[in-house]
Amino acid sequence: MTTDATKYLSHLELGEREQTFLDSNELIINMGPQHPATHGVLRVILKLDGEKVLGTECVIGYLHRGVEKIAENRTYTMFNPYVDRMDYVAAVSNGLGYCEAVEKLLNIEAPPRANFVRVILTELNRIASHQLWLGTHALDIGAMTPLFYTFRDREEILKIFEKYCGARLTTHAFRIGGCLYETYDGFERDVKKFVDFVRPKIDEYEELLTTNRIWVERTKGVGFISPKDCIALGVTGPVLRASGVKWDIRKAQPYANYKEFDFEIPTGQNGDTYDRYLVRLAEMRQSLRIISQAVQRIPEGPIMAKVPKVIKPPVGEIYHSIEAPKGELGYFIVSDGSTQPYRVRVRPPSFVNLQALDLMVRGQLVADVIAVIGTLDIVLGEVDR
Amino acid sequence: MADENKFSSPPPPGNAQMPGAGKQSGSVEPLPPVDKPVPIPNPPPTSTSEPKPASPPKAAAAPPAAPAKPIGPAPVPWDSPLVASLRRQYGSGIEPLTYLGQNYIVADSSIAPELLQIMRDEERFDYCVDVTAVHYPKREKQFDLIWILYSFQRNERVRVKTMIADGESFPTSTTIWPAANWLEREVFDMFGIKFDGHSDLKRILLPEGWKGHPLRKDYGIIQQDKEWVQINLGIESGQ
Repeated sequence: MTTDATKYLSHLELGEREQTFLDSNELIINMGPQHPATHGVLRVILKLDGEKVLGTECVIGYLHRGVEKIAENRTYTMFNPYVDRMDYVAAVSNGLGYCEAVEKLLNIEAPPRANFVRVILTELNRIASHQLWLGTHALDIGAMTPLFYTFRDREEILKIFEKYCGARLTTHAFRIGGCLYETYDGFERDVKKFVDFVRPKIDEYEELLTTNRIWVERTKGVGFISPKDCIALGVTGPVLRASGVKWDIRKAQPYANYKEFDFEIPTGQNGDTYDRYLVRLAEMRQSLRIISQAVQRIPEGPIMAKVPKVIKPPVGEIYHSIEAPKGELGYFIVSDGSTQPYRVRVRPPSFVNLQALDLMVRGQLVADVIAVIGTLDIVLGEVDR
Repeated sequence: MADENKFSSPPPPGNAQMPGAGKQSGSVEPLPPVDKPVPIPNPPPTSTSEPKPASPPKAAAAPPAAPAKPIGPAPVPWDSPLVASLRRQYGSGIEPLTYLGQNYIVADSSIAPELLQIMRDEERFDYCVDVTAVHYPKREKQFDLIWILYSFQRNERVRVKTMIADGESFPTSTTIWPAANWLEREVFDMFGIKFDGHSDLKRILLPEGWKGHPLRKDYGIIQQDKEWVQINLGIESGQ
């Protein structure tokens, strides 16, 4: 009597049938670069033993545009829109980091009114980024519904961006020295309406997923990373916080006017995919808290500081970093006193966080690789720059 | 229409170009005219328009702006308990400075590896934020190598900077901070600086067969582009 498997194998002309069938050969397969669950063009070479992952190697650079080289050949002002193209789902954050870095180098400060508008838009963008993450991450794991919910609600944020500056995604909302645009009529009303609109929606996402048995099975205990490993590998943002490290640049080294707002840093304990999901949801709620405080207190006054038309920072170098939705986003700018930066280095959170992928998926199943790529919340535009 | 207006006179206030712009707030001019750059001494605001891309911007802007380079605050020596303890060990081998409130240590390349180790082990800078480099082709030691470090315990950022010559390699810091792995690979990819002892030093963003290291100042973009177009498309490049 033969089993189905041996019958199947007998059709193949393999020498040692049984042995081949039972042998646990290591298999090397290629995931990506064109794979829907890699959120862009990421290629991961997987070394597998059956379904178990023995090791991975990331091959990146498919989206490399040489942003840092471009910067050296543009003026400070001309380079501003380029930063939006790195993390294109959180363009406002990129712009904030860059503008503040150049302002620091110029030794000027954005006026208070600009800071309030900046904080509101940046936090709105954090929510939009997390919503996009949640939708796609859940879709990768097999839950289709959240995608429609999150995209529906994210649309409201994009509408505010569009009304404010005309663009939805690559907004170029801020300029060196403040904001170029005054807020439109009804900006405050729209933002307040959005806060009231989206607060119950976050509960809705939770209803869909938090206690969903399939979701819990697919995320609990998956992609564990310890706080020690996080710090050693330079992992920041929600991934670090989900491992229990209470660190957020908005609190640790406040920029813009985050000092003025009352909010908390949500943390997890287990450092797994499920905790990272909870942390990001909690962060969305905290962002709403910041927005609702800020929108009530936007002061009158200029929205743009007095900035020379030709921006020529004095010779020197500066490093400035902000808490982007994905982690620490830093700009290291060297000025040689001319109108063009001598060197712009972008410290991208996605790039550094992606290094942790190998550690997080070792010994887990292939299907978990998808979950971990999702939970790291990488944007390849930022990884490759 | 846009082309004529673009370079003639000061551009109209930004709101005018904005689709769906709402309030055109009369109170604030988004781009104020430059009478007095308040906080720092800057080039005299004689030019009325943005630098014109058509003509070489430096030549156009140079005659009125006599002090060509704006003079900013110079870096001042930095003093702290951390510096004092490092001073005891290294004496004049390190130069701690502070610029715009940010502290950095310039170290000789011979003591920098040890300094980095001490920064992690004793001074508890346990998070390596970034490793990067800057190229100065006219200098004898062409490259600045820079580590941006952060300490969770002290909530403090420090940059460590050292200078190395072209072709000189530097001991890897992946043994100190695993985070430096990809960061050093990127420095190698972009600048061609080799890190001794790095487990997997190869290009990371550019394909393996790439020629040259793009972030060096002497890297010819146009030359590369022409060559690539010639070889791969068989036509003359439009650049």
